[in-house]
Amino acid sequence: MTVTAGPPSLRVRELAYAYPDGTQALFGVDLAIGRGERVALLGPNGAGKTTLVMHLNGILTPGHGSVEVAGLPVGPDTLREIRRRVGLVFQDPDDQLFMPTVRQDVAFGPANLGVRGAELDARVREALELVGLPEVADRPPHHLSFGQRRRVAVATVLAMRPEILVLDEPSSNLDPAARRELAEILRSLDVTVLMVTHDLPYALELCERSLILSGGVIAADGPTGEVLADAELLAAHRLELPYGFAVAPRPG
Amino acid sequence: MHRLPPQCKLLAVAAFAVVVVATPREALWAFAAYALMLAAVAAAARVPAGFVLRRMAIEIPFVIFAVALPVIGLGERVQVLGLSLSAEGLWAAWNILAKATLGVVASVLLAATTEPHAMLIGARRLRLPALLVQIATFMLRYLDVILDEMRRMRVARESRAFAARDVRHVPVLARSAGALFIRSYERGERVHLAMLSRGYTGTMPVIDDIGASAAQWATAALLPVAALATAATSWSMG
Repeated sequence: MTVTAGPPSLRVRELAYAYPDGTQALFGVDLAIGRGERVALLGPNGAGKTTLVMHLNGILTPGHGSVEVAGLPVGPDTLREIRRRVGLVFQDPDDQLFMPTVRQDVAFGPANLGVRGAELDARVREALELVGLPEVADRPPHHLSFGQRRRVAVATVLAMRPEILVLDEPSSNLDPAARRELAEILRSLDVTVLMVTHDLPYALELCERSLILSGGVIAADGPTGEVLADAELLAAHRLELPYGFAVAPRPG
Repeated sequence: MHRLPPQCKLLAVAAFAVVVVATPREALWAFAAYALMLAAVAAAARVPAGFVLRRMAIEIPFVIFAVALPVIGLGERVQVLGLSLSAEGLWAAWNILAKATLGVVASVLLAATTEPHAMLIGARRLRLPALLVQIATFMLRYLDVILDEMRRMRVARESRAFAARDVRHVPVLARSAGALFIRSYERGERVHLAMLSRGYTGTMPVIDDIGASAAQWATAALLPVAALATAATSWSMG
């Protein structure tokens, strides 16, 4: 995939946020993700990853700082367009797939944007083909396997033709084959990807760049190979490679 | 039958039920005519009799109530098989049994020929309150998910040697039910977030709609109109 010029897909500036109960989750996050990049967001539990993700499509409103998606600032009057541009894939596909059939579910997003008729059918077909599941359109989501549901969840946001795909723990609960199939699909998509994960090998496999979010700030930002080869850095942020897994530091 | 738009079938069944209920209980022949009409519908829809009979089990509580009526009923008594029964009670029991059975059979036929989510599309077409239709849609979608969660909680309890034997175990079950409620509530919040993330603004977009032609309405009207003709005859005779 090529990184092209133009405004970055995502730009976050000095983002700080405290929950209404006073818990401060983000202490000034700065990051930019160029168009066409695939970036992993790593971090221990409680680092603020989910809080950050909720800011990307305007579900939470920043206490301080700003978020821009392809040059458009997130704000009350841009919400509709922002939610089209940012495709959020939740961790539990049962939360994401709430309609009686797969077809209706994939159509839900574009239909909210006013797409109807033949154009809507085409969007649904296109999105399901991108995730390799055109045959399940008329099945109810609870009759699909978990791996298929995760892929349909990706299709539900692809149907909105997003600028950036944000995935929350995409590999969780998948068996190895489903995990590999999802990786192949994500690699084949022509879209910017931000992947929130604990699965460090998955990040290495799919993302050329990684960010570590720890204690509410970006603690590291660099090529995934280098970040994962730095044992001290990982240990300082409660991240660990699986047993028997080692990333060789890049020469030079 | 299977191909008729759901809204036509819903309205036809509702109208049929109203007509049946409005028929005087003494018009025995009218009830026989209704039963024949339903049999004709079942034959046209190719719904096997066994299927209808099994689904009619839902009526059993009413049957028990109806059977009790002649025994506990007041007024004039008649002798049936050596039992002294109330004539008024017998009529009341017949009234409940006949009308309930016809209504249940009509509903079973509707359910047998209509997908659950098509039923909801029909309900929306009939302008039922959107909020109620949405709630029913989510109920349909999440029933399996919640039953699954319930099953996992039961397995977890039993894995730690819990067995509900008597009333002392009720608090444990009650706490499980409470936990299930909280989990479902939290899931509801997550689903709402997922909906907002895909541009939901309070109304469900109408995605697949099923329009009904005049011919389809006319086909669906056959049953209630035939029933109405029967009922009108029974009124004029009574």
